[in-house]
Amino acid sequence: MQRKKFKLSSAVEWGTLLLSTGLVCFFLIVILLEIIMKGSGSLSWNFIADIPREGMTKGGILTPIIGTVLLTMLTALFSIPFGVCCAIYLNEYAENNWLTRIIRAAIRNLSGVPSIIYGLFGLALFVQALQFGTSMLAAGMTLGLLSLPYIITTTEEALMRIPASMREAALAVGATKFETIKDVVIPSAMPGILTGVVLTLSRAAGETAPILFTGAAFYINGVGGAVNNEFMALPYHLYMLSTQHQSIEEVRPIAYGTALVLIIVVFLMNLTAFYIRYKYRKNEY
Amino acid sequence: MNIKLSAQNLNISFGQKQVLKNINVAFAENEITALIGPSGCGKSTLLRSFNRMHDLSPDAKISGNLKLEDLDLYDKTVPVTEIRKRIGMVFQKANPFPKSIYENIAYGLKINNLPHGIDVIEKALREAFLWEEVKNDLKMPATRLSGGQQQRLCIARAVALRPEVILMDEPCSALDPVSTLKIEELIMHLKKKYTITIVTHNMQQAQRIADKTVFLYLGEVKEEGPTSQIFNNPKEEMTMNYIKGSFG
Repeated sequence: MQRKKFKLSSAVEWGTLLLSTGLVCFFLIVILLEIIMKGSGSLSWNFIADIPREGMTKGGILTPIIGTVLLTMLTALFSIPFGVCCAIYLNEYAENNWLTRIIRAAIRNLSGVPSIIYGLFGLALFVQALQFGTSMLAAGMTLGLLSLPYIITTTEEALMRIPASMREAALAVGATKFETIKDVVIPSAMPGILTGVVLTLSRAAGETAPILFTGAAFYINGVGGAVNNEFMALPYHLYMLSTQHQSIEEVRPIAYGTALVLIIVVFLMNLTAFYIRYKYRKNEY
Repeated sequence: MNIKLSAQNLNISFGQKQVLKNINVAFAENEITALIGPSGCGKSTLLRSFNRMHDLSPDAKISGNLKLEDLDLYDKTVPVTEIRKRIGMVFQKANPFPKSIYENIAYGLKINNLPHGIDVIEKALREAFLWEEVKNDLKMPATRLSGGQQQRLCIARAVALRPEVILMDEPCSALDPVSTLKIEELIMHLKKKYTITIVTHNMQQAQRIADKTVFLYLGEVKEEGPTSQIFNNPKEEMTMNYIKGSFG
């Protein structure tokens, strides 16, 4: 009896876990299938190489693609150097006292702030106070701010995983603290740092709220690409085509195509992160 | 006999906990000194105070005189990197850099602005009895070597800098008996050139390689002397009990 009871309860536990996993996968697959089925029809070379035409009912989405790529590069430029340096300072140099603990807690809390708040903050600081206007520069800085807590946290975790014995090895041959960090700690932590950076940027590339007030435009002429001007971006383009356009039904295929391209862009970035991890693991470095 | 390394009235505490109490030891040139004692007796702490590894712990308090010949090891005007260059260290668990075998040796030479050509690398690897095994794989990641080979690589990395003293913190505790014997043979060979201080839990090892043995207990030196005397004719009963394995 005892035995049978045990088996039953373990079957229930196993079933619950399997059902939860299945449910998650089910929704993921439904969303992906929906987007792929409805979006693949509008995918063509023209779709990604042509600018939007005739009130965005024809043509492609080159302008938002260029906007998103450049915007992500600006985000990287503003968030990676500061984020990585901040993490190195916190983990390697700062003393572990109440002040650094508060700073660390604050950084973690920042990653929980809704992205629309970052949008409003960017509007107040970069667009108005610093007079950048609604521009790719202001939007890139806003997304940079949004990305900072993630980059700091993932970088710090990557640094923390490097064992003390590795640092001691470098110090014991006469390396200074800075040399130890530069030559041994950071190279060892690189896969973790890069993975965190790429995943963070792929998240930033898909954000809509922070760029809403800071620089994303409904429509611009030509291919765009100037950092001091407004720009089109894939997530905002998608939002606009699905809710704001005057003939929503007509542009629906373009909206799905845009969604598919956005997912592919994000997927490729995540793939890069996995590839980096795989490559480093294979080399045992 | 020249005294190479010495500690006088050394006290070390971490926060509220005093780990070493009034230690007075001296290690002679070209000799191997073994530090033995039960876990937590402070032998690793003593060893690591000589190359200032405790600089990394903000709560470590150190007082007393530590000297390499006449050089005060805690003199503020002497760069710690210079001290660590002259007093090398080999750790309990082999910790090669995540770089190639070649780079593992070359790194210490580079940052100390010493020549790091292949001839220097070969010499260091030969001195650590490793050259014949790795001469065709110098570009291979060091982490692919066996545990014993990795530890000999770490010894090669230390001797490449031509230190005067090599501190060894239980260098064989993670190795199989064959690798251990190889490293012991290497240590015996190295004492012709270097002064070696080794922490060990292995009583046979201490008897096989050490000229002098220091027995520590609860942060104090209980007994010290020639290895044969410590093991065959100890003065203290506690030493006798420890080497016979009654506690530890």
